[in-house]
Amino acid sequence: MSLISTLARLEAVSTGRAQPAATVRHRHLGDRPLVFVPLITAGEAGAPLGALVGTDRDAPRLLVVPQPRDRDLRFAFLADLADVVLPYVDAYAEVVEAAERTETDPETGKRVKVEVDLCADAPQLIVPSRAGIDLVRLLGRSMRFRRTAEQDPEAPYPAPPRVPLLGRWLTHFGERARVPGSSLLLAMTDVLGRHWATGQSSLEDQHLGALLAWIDPPEGMTGAEAALKAELERDAQGQLTCPPAGPATDPAFDNKLLAPAIERYDRARTALAAAEDGLEADERLGALTSAEQEIRDLVHSRTRPTWDAVWRGLDLLRELPEGAHVEERWTRDRWSFTGHRDRVLAGEPPQPRRDDAVTAANKLATREREQARLEAQEALDDPLVMAGRRLAGEAFAGEVTDVVMAYSDGKRPSPRPLVTVRTDDRPHLGERTKVYRSLGGKPQSAEFVADEEDGACVVLRILDKMGRGKEPEPGSVPEKGDRVCFTLFEHEQRGGAKLPDPEETPWTHGGPPGEATLEAADPVTEEDVL
Amino acid sequence: MPPPRTRGTALRHRLAELRGPDVPAKALDARALAALAANPGCARRAILDGAGVNKAALASALGSPSTFGQSQFALTRGNAFEAKVKADGGAELLRLVHEKLDRSAEPPADARVPDLTATGPQGRTARTALELREAAAHPGAWTLLDHPMLALDVAGSPAFLEPDAVVVHPDGSWTVVEIKSFPLLDGSADPAKVGAAARQAAVYVLALEEVAARLGAEPEGRGAQDRVAAPRVRHRILLVCPRDFSNQPAASAVDIRKQRAVTARQLARLTRIEDIADALPEGTCFSPELPAEELTAAVESVPATYAPECLSACELAFHCRTRSRETGAVTSLGRPVRAELGGLTTVEDVLAAARGEAGDPDDPAVAALRRAAALRAEALEAACR
Amino acid sequence: MTTVFDPSAAAAQATDAILHDTLHGTARGVVVDSPPGAGKSTLVVRAALELAEAGHPLMVVAQTNAQVDDLVLRLAEKNPELPVGRLHSNDADPYDKALDGLENVRKSAKAADLAGQAVVISTAAKWAHVKVDEPWRHAIVDEAYQMRSDALLAVAGLFERALFVGDPGQLDPFAIVGSEQWAGLSYDPSASAVTTLLAHNPDLPQHRLPVSWRLPASAAPLVSDAFYPYTPFRSGTGHGDRGLSFAVPSDGSGPDRVIDEAAASGWGLLELPARHTPRTDPEAVRAVATVVRRMLDRGGAATSERSPDPSPLTADRIAVGTAHRDQAAAVRAALADLGVTEVVVDTANRLQGREYDVTVVLHPLSGRPDATAFHLETGRLCVLASRHRHACVVVCRAGVTDLLDDYPSTEPVQLGTVVKFPDGWEANHAVLAHLAEHRVAWRP
Repeated sequence: MSLISTLARLEAVSTGRAQPAATVRHRHLGDRPLVFVPLITAGEAGAPLGALVGTDRDAPRLLVVPQPRDRDLRFAFLADLADVVLPYVDAYAEVVEAAERTETDPETGKRVKVEVDLCADAPQLIVPSRAGIDLVRLLGRSMRFRRTAEQDPEAPYPAPPRVPLLGRWLTHFGERARVPGSSLLLAMTDVLGRHWATGQSSLEDQHLGALLAWIDPPEGMTGAEAALKAELERDAQGQLTCPPAGPATDPAFDNKLLAPAIERYDRARTALAAAEDGLEADERLGALTSAEQEIRDLVHSRTRPTWDAVWRGLDLLRELPEGAHVEERWTRDRWSFTGHRDRVLAGEPPQPRRDDAVTAANKLATREREQARLEAQEALDDPLVMAGRRLAGEAFAGEVTDVVMAYSDGKRPSPRPLVTVRTDDRPHLGERTKVYRSLGGKPQSAEFVADEEDGACVVLRILDKMGRGKEPEPGSVPEKGDRVCFTLFEHEQRGGAKLPDPEETPWTHGGPPGEATLEAADPVTEEDVL
Repeated sequence: MPPPRTRGTALRHRLAELRGPDVPAKALDARALAALAANPGCARRAILDGAGVNKAALASALGSPSTFGQSQFALTRGNAFEAKVKADGGAELLRLVHEKLDRSAEPPADARVPDLTATGPQGRTARTALELREAAAHPGAWTLLDHPMLALDVAGSPAFLEPDAVVVHPDGSWTVVEIKSFPLLDGSADPAKVGAAARQAAVYVLALEEVAARLGAEPEGRGAQDRVAAPRVRHRILLVCPRDFSNQPAASAVDIRKQRAVTARQLARLTRIEDIADALPEGTCFSPELPAEELTAAVESVPATYAPECLSACELAFHCRTRSRETGAVTSLGRPVRAELGGLTTVEDVLAAARGEAGDPDDPAVAALRRAAALRAEALEAACR
Repeated sequence: MTTVFDPSAAAAQATDAILHDTLHGTARGVVVDSPPGAGKSTLVVRAALELAEAGHPLMVVAQTNAQVDDLVLRLAEKNPELPVGRLHSNDADPYDKALDGLENVRKSAKAADLAGQAVVISTAAKWAHVKVDEPWRHAIVDEAYQMRSDALLAVAGLFERALFVGDPGQLDPFAIVGSEQWAGLSYDPSASAVTTLLAHNPDLPQHRLPVSWRLPASAAPLVSDAFYPYTPFRSGTGHGDRGLSFAVPSDGSGPDRVIDEAAASGWGLLELPARHTPRTDPEAVRAVATVVRRMLDRGGAATSERSPDPSPLTADRIAVGTAHRDQAAAVRAALADLGVTEVVVDTANRLQGREYDVTVVLHPLSGRPDATAFHLETGRLCVLASRHRHACVVVCRAGVTDLLDDYPSTEPVQLGTVVKFPDGWEANHAVLAHLAEHRVAWRP
């Protein structure tokens, strides 16, 4: 943790309120995000209990699995979820704009520009916490290999029609969320934690209620008091008044409220099955309906506070102005979305269980590049982030005190002016270290020449972006008295080397993975129905 | 005449006094022992665990109850899974041990599954030791010990440990089996949970190694033909979890050498509880029967090293957090926070130094704080404009 | 009966076996583990020359430009006639200017320009951009343990077979983003190249250079036990073969006494009183600088098997190692205050592969309030403790043993990954226990 963020946290302790950790918003927020607040059943992998989902904060759709161990009810839940998520996704898939992309021409091997469709906007999923992102991945994994009756008439337990497709989309969202700076799938705790420093640890910041309590405490309370209340306060029944944001539930809720309710539901179902005539069945159906309603009410009571909290978080975030580079990064998300849309349309199989060697290496390279890009862009967009880099000696700001014109050697001398910057910062500059400043949104590079006055002044030689002439273009060289900020890190990321195609995986990495086989669905056994 | 008091019994007596009159010692289990490594620097936790104090009861008596609980759904599911793994004389479990750890051995068939029932933990421990000895007398056979009981000396008192299973291989070596209900999804599992399982298994391995050593050094009163070499306790344990989304068992071998080394060292260090106990004021007692104020004072007399990680590892964490926050300790915000603060340890000291109200400007921590504060103020001001 | 260990014979035998497998073996790869100072560069140069002389066009992959330039210079020194190609980047100053003076070394940013050179050398990063129709018959991959698996993936298509050489004990490669998703996969892109190579080709011949020519007899056993517990090595020299002496006698101060302790025993621990400090602990930094200053002032002379005459311990034969860049900068500044500018001061990362007569190390855990995974990383301490030919002085605050004992060990465990030994925690304990025998209290 940098000293600047440490200080912000300590100030939060001292003032009783979260302090800014950013002065602009570093993540994209769409006009119509889809909020997803899921709950799961303890002790079982990917067994949903229920969820609130939707784009309208006043009218969330409540989905409930009254008996989470029942496969049919689980499928019904997933089918309902698909009915909410897929139309939302499709709406974005349909609106496109023309864009250019560089591709390698298969015949000539040359890089050529081609015109392609780019989705004009992309869907955005918001979950309450990081564990919610893991669940999105897990749900994606549990659904994408399922077979529908149409795909495989022999499937013993066919999945509802749109479920495998939902699995593929959730997998894509989950995978994209691993890319630094992406906004296709966000966890509210992460985004809030990026923008505010609370007076508690980052571990405790994982609790959405406590985090919001620090950022926006109720009247008359300090953040610490409100956070403690959110964490621990229980009602007369022993239930947390601020239920955990999930997807895991509080054991006290499971044991005291949910388990008895599920038991009543099971009994009602057994009774209905045993009904001997229509009249009895009607009566017992009524009992079953009310038992189900009871579980629905319970799930709603545990998800609604989180649902409201997520929207409150969105309100708070929208108050911050968007960072200058956020839109550029969102465009990358749009490309990612469009790419997956095209793969689905082209009938490609679902994402495999494991990446092959080349895919894994490509993903790692992309993420490292995006991480570097994000770090650079956040610093350029936000003086508070830049302050951290300056403190770390990775950037410096100051006033230009002298400019001396100089030229490069050679037949056609180009301008290489020497600029002296007075700074209080202590950058880690070595011989000919390259530094960069933003000039009209483009990086201009310079190199370190010398320091003067015991490091108080830095002499730089400007190297580029001054035009082709002998005299630098107006405005391209800083002038005496200008405030400038140079970074030791690059502003733009170079593309990495091209890796071989998967079919050409070398012997060091196991050779080609072979023909892509259709991944088998998870075997469904009787044991799945406990 | 009473026997002369040895050092060990003196300590036991002292620890009993700390628990309070008639308060039975809370037995340490493997999970608690493994958790010693979670915050080994905490003297408070060391003495409370060492003395067998029920920390959950203590936390409630202090007014900051712990929040650990288990959902009955998880419990049911876990029990159902373990029963399934061990069904049919443990056939599936033994098959997994053979496949993952000992492929060159004969596949298990007609494995011995001795009955380990006995009265009381001592009785069960003796029974387990007997059956392990018996298994050593049956080379070439597979033996499955279902819920054996092992004793481990912890700072002078025995702790009784109950692994899910121990398997004796045909070559006479022993494997600890841990059955967990988190899933093994496409071959990988939650690393934090696997780490916890590995630390727990390391405790069993250490306890088994003591049994093995005793078995190897057991000459008296037995014929030479009965003597056995100390069996080898394998340092790769078998972790059994549900496969993917099913209830079918899948297994993975886990190398626990690191965890074993760490736990062994922490157990050896537990002897320091004697020093901690000696440093306590006369009459200190942690009995939950005492009034909260007295208890608070007693607990305060042992220093704690609270960090936010304690919240998921120690019943007393909420109490310690409150105290830590009250004293303004920067570590209540996380261990890494203090890394660059040098000798400054409280929130107000740090802020005062940053504001220029206190601290030696030549101290690099103070100088860095002032630079950080100035840069932060400059940035916030720039953003406001 | 015990046989007398003959280091030269053992090393020669290992080298012969490696060269035999490389030149005449059938396996596509040969892996050589080389502990610190075991003659890795000599091996690489010799293998390159023998392959070139046998008429096999060869590509060499190293990890940094400095390593590439160093290899080119060594090759040219051994065989000035050999046509060597130095493939370099398009950046400014892409290679060491010393290469310009070598007649048979051709430099270019385009691989095509270097076709026909007997040996072409470049960094892994540059090779990754090269495309060829016909792969090289042979390659040598240097510092293979510091190369990431994905970097090998990018270049492995360029050669048919390769000799992989490196030191498994030094710092592992790392990724700046999480890569847990691939942990346990044989081709985890963030793992080391050798890990992936051996996971897919477990039957490749693996060799080990058994003798460290750099580390003195006082250091090899400790470094071997602490950092290479399952692959031990020996020192090439005996206890009497090296000597370090100082013309000016000790003034009784802590720095002087620790210098004498290190001169006599090979190790010295200058212990400052326990205290929590920020990274750039001014007292510790000053202590490091003072030790260096005193070494120079006291007229040190080193004798070794290389020459019977003592050679003066000059500034270029001393290095200072730290964990962090800001610590290195602080030590440089403190040295400059004392008028010392020629001594190399750098972090463990940058000292990898370098060799000095004496090193002064600021212990990574000195003054810290807590240990972290970074500071406990085995490779970091290994690099710092294995750069010297004569002696190593460690400057540290008291209390590190407690710090290690208080370190919470709740590391996550990834299924399917090979547990790396030794553990940094244990290695740190081992080194501290040894240093404790050479402790001198700080008294300026």
